[in-house]
Amino acid sequence: MTSETLRMTSEAVNDIANRIPAVVPRYLPLLLLAVGWEALTRTGLVPTSALPPLDTVARAWYELASSGDLWTNGVASMTRGAAGLGLAIAGGSLIGILMAWYKPVRAAVNPIVQFFYPMPKSALIPVMVLWLGFGDASKIVLIFVGCLLPVTLSAFNGARGTDEVLIWSARSLGASRARVLWEIVLPSALPEMLSGIRTALALSFVLLVSSELIVARQGFGYMIGWLGDGGAYDAMFAVVLTVALLGFAADRLYLMLVRRILAWRE
Amino acid sequence: MSEIETRFLAPPAATGIRLDLAGAVTRRAGAIVPLLAVIVAWEAASRSGIVTPFLLPPISAVLGRVWEDAISGELALNLGETLFRSLAGFAIAGAGGVALGILMARRRWVRWFFDPIVSVGFPMPKIAFLPIFMLWLGLYDVSKISMAVFNAIFPVITATIAASEGVERQLLWSARSLGASERQLLREIILPAALPQILTGLQVALPISMIVMIVTEMMMGGQGLGGAMIAASRFADSPGVFAGIVEIAVAGLCLVKGIAVLRRHLLAWHQEAQEPTTV
Repeated sequence: MTSETLRMTSEAVNDIANRIPAVVPRYLPLLLLAVGWEALTRTGLVPTSALPPLDTVARAWYELASSGDLWTNGVASMTRGAAGLGLAIAGGSLIGILMAWYKPVRAAVNPIVQFFYPMPKSALIPVMVLWLGFGDASKIVLIFVGCLLPVTLSAFNGARGTDEVLIWSARSLGASRARVLWEIVLPSALPEMLSGIRTALALSFVLLVSSELIVARQGFGYMIGWLGDGGAYDAMFAVVLTVALLGFAADRLYLMLVRRILAWRE
Repeated sequence: MSEIETRFLAPPAATGIRLDLAGAVTRRAGAIVPLLAVIVAWEAASRSGIVTPFLLPPISAVLGRVWEDAISGELALNLGETLFRSLAGFAIAGAGGVALGILMARRRWVRWFFDPIVSVGFPMPKIAFLPIFMLWLGLYDVSKISMAVFNAIFPVITATIAASEGVERQLLWSARSLGASERQLLREIILPAALPQILTGLQVALPISMIVMIVTEMMMGGQGLGGAMIAASRFADSPGVFAGIVEIAVAGLCLVKGIAVLRRHLLAWHQEAQEPTTV
């Protein structure tokens, strides 16, 4: 083969390879991964003790779900996550907007926020156990503390970025300070706040699962640890995949919500 | 404020060095007062007996413990282990994430294969896979570093894709029409133009690898700051737990500030360097 024909063939191959994506559905690669997983375990290339076949994982999931274990532990985890994240959103938005609105608050709070923001929040897990024990409270407070700063900073940055001209105009038209805060500062801080809350949502899942893995008597993380210790790897994989998909679903739902909330900006 | 306005309103960099120094000193002093207040309140709360010293040991005792750890060499050992693993994970995630991100932006079939994986994998709480990593890779450095890579690589990939797609088309066309090869295009145009956003992705990835490392050390035990903390909490050694928090907080702060300084150095040529960034 001459180099010219070689070049032409490679171009043709590239051309075909480039056209594949347009024809096949978007999520096919995930299906390929699943098929690859099943094939690896069925052919015995990978021992089933290290990677249980996908269909046994599905069966284990069904058993956990029908026995109610998955449900009770899942509800325990999700309640903790929602409580901690809810408190962090309320507290963080309040502190962030106050920081942007009142200079003394900013001077007092900003250095503390800047100092603690980079701290790896998972370091607080043992302290929460020391303070609050093994139950719900230690997880809720951990998630609250961990998610507070991302929300605070995004609310502060959002509110700080408010167009001053809008504030001056509203004030000169006779709006009270409270009304300016509610009708101008808050809406213009909203997009940045919502993206900070998205970070906090992802972080809340991470903190929830890690604290439950390390010390808990209930919840998804506890289930994963206990099933893994007992050697029930198919069930362990089932719970891991459930948590991972819940995290993904929560993010997608949140994005849909954000799009609705911010629809007025278009 | 528009970009041009900010640039005009910003004080000229060269003339203001002395003024800026004075400003920086007062700003630092202003920042230290609230932090000192926190320290004093902490010490007062535990000395006055509002909370028992078990729940909150006085900060003087905690710092004394940090000092003891430093003298005995325990601190250097644990800190070294944790930093080595988090930075190794971060470096692998950074290199791999940038490479994969650029490939995904430039080759359509790579994009096709990895796009759904990345978009599903990014928002997942990947820490849940920790027991699986322990099952596959054991309890030592390999599994800990792999876990950090697995968690930290996603923000780097997405930032790199967004950055290389944001490179101005005219730049690419002009370089290509001047005869630049694909490799030159990558080195001379795409990477520099994409650098600010790639660095932002790396700045997200660094704390992630640190957070994940602390959790994996707590789960798997052994040396490292996370392992030391969980051991202290098993023995109800509360000064040990708080000493761990102080050590981890300071290490995290140094890493985050360090990468911010690095960013300023790398982007000295970029207009961004003229505008102050927060955090």
